[in-house]
Amino acid sequence: MLEVALRHRFPGPAGFMLDAAFTAPAPGVTVLFGASGSGKSSILAAVAGLLRPREGRVALGGTTLTDTAAGRFLPPEARRCAVVFQEGRLFPHRSVEGNLRYGLRRAPRGAEGPGFEEVVALLGLGPLLARRPGLLSGGEKQRVALGRALLARPALLLLDEPLAALDMPRRTEILPFFEALRDAARLPMLYVTHALEEADRLADTLVLLQGGRVQAAGPLEALTARTDLPLLAARRDAGVVLRCELAGQERGLTRLAFPGGTLLAPFPEGPAGRHIRLRVRARDVAVARAGAPALSTDNALPAVLQGIEPAGERECFLRLGIGPSILLARVTLDAVRRLALRPGETVTALINAVGGERG
Amino acid sequence: MHLTPEEWQALRLSLTVSLRAVAVSLPLAAMVALLLARGRFPGRTLLDALVHLPLVVPPVVTGWLLLLVFGLRGPVGAPLAEWFGIRLAFTAEGAALATGVMTFPLIVRAVRLSLDGLDRGLEDAAATLGATRLDRFLTVTLPLMAPGLLSGAVVAFAAGLGEFGAVITFASNIPGETQTLPLAIYSATQSPGGEAVAARLAAISFTLAILGLLASDLLSRWLARRLGRG
Repeated sequence: MLEVALRHRFPGPAGFMLDAAFTAPAPGVTVLFGASGSGKSSILAAVAGLLRPREGRVALGGTTLTDTAAGRFLPPEARRCAVVFQEGRLFPHRSVEGNLRYGLRRAPRGAEGPGFEEVVALLGLGPLLARRPGLLSGGEKQRVALGRALLARPALLLLDEPLAALDMPRRTEILPFFEALRDAARLPMLYVTHALEEADRLADTLVLLQGGRVQAAGPLEALTARTDLPLLAARRDAGVVLRCELAGQERGLTRLAFPGGTLLAPFPEGPAGRHIRLRVRARDVAVARAGAPALSTDNALPAVLQGIEPAGERECFLRLGIGPSILLARVTLDAVRRLALRPGETVTALINAVGGERG
Repeated sequence: MHLTPEEWQALRLSLTVSLRAVAVSLPLAAMVALLLARGRFPGRTLLDALVHLPLVVPPVVTGWLLLLVFGLRGPVGAPLAEWFGIRLAFTAEGAALATGVMTFPLIVRAVRLSLDGLDRGLEDAAATLGATRLDRFLTVTLPLMAPGLLSGAVVAFAAGLGEFGAVITFASNIPGETQTLPLAIYSATQSPGGEAVAARLAAISFTLAILGLLASDLLSRWLARRLGRG
């Protein structure tokens, strides 16, 4: 369990006030999501011990890292919270290997974690070992920074917008490493980002931040199914993230099984049973009265209309229950009137899975 | 070029005086630079001004102040002589002290420049990887200060070879003891028919200065390459 409760006023005319508290299961990936200036990086700095909050408590598992009430503040070097910074922060005067071994040499004796060779292989760093950081590309730098942090055998891995400085192809190159890490190692991670795609793919727990305060915190699927969180619901790509399992091919499409049903999507083939996450955008979901005619949509699933929730002046979200899973559909108020939709009714959810995000 | 034994002596003396001056002032100057760059304490501005004083005050004045403090009757000079038998005024050690004081600000400035360019985020990163304060200083801060230390040392050494006013005031112009190159040149120009000697010594000074600047340039390039910025 990771517990964070912080109050801190930053100096300066703006006088930014951070007042945030959340708990998250650990191991697991907790994503702090918010716009720049929402305080997410300050929270990460406070967890790392690089920021001393005026008031607050930070605890990981049974260890209290900060407790201002008890006058406790562990220095960063005693916290075992390794950080991957946005700009990498590799030591320019050491080779890649020197950087990687820096944390390893200082890791506490007996601390568990992957070995040097293992990390080098996982991140494909072999050809880079003798190089100086100054000559690496952005993507290579971040891979080295991740390797260096892992080799410090941390109890918690902190990632501060590790992909923000990279272009799209480099991001797609590095994201799988984070996923592999989440699935393979039971290493708790706190991940700061303003990119929803990264949150979708990595988060177990999502913490939404705005103006230094926590708007909501909870499991990713639960938060994405809420319509009262502008940070998520007001986006064009608002929609529920479903955890699916690859379940073979059908009609040239990939079957994705989720609790309560199956979706067909043009998804790259993969080994059956592999877990993936699918963001089903609310604007890609429509509803029809039961017994819909043949349509171009790939999926038609029976659903229970659980609620009609406002989304601006002319539109609303329909909350659709499919077995234990929830989907959101974004439709016009006019459509609700025309179909005379009432909560509790059974409808057919029509899902264009083309727009889904892989992950 | 043929040099007389006296001229060789002046050259050797200049080199050793300047070398000793740099050796003593380098660690001190590095500490002062760290204090000035990072410390937040009352009197910081005062210390800053004090360090830079030798750059702006006439060297003769600096030499005279040294004489007042470190002279045989001075508040520091008297106990040094009485308890330890160390005499600074009118000795080669004194020439090194005067040279060191004069070139001190040059080192401080060079080190500060490299400290200001140092990303403190790197020290934070080292801390999160488990490095204690001293460990961080030795493995991150100091290596990244190295370019400033080296270039400061080389420039101070080159400048120290030519230090005149403070040395002649504090250590006097004693052949074989405190008569460094510039002092020997001065003496030569003051004696009838000394132009040839003065010209030879001036040529040597000139060569040393050029070599010093070249060395400093090469060093900083080599370091930049080592730090991967070249």
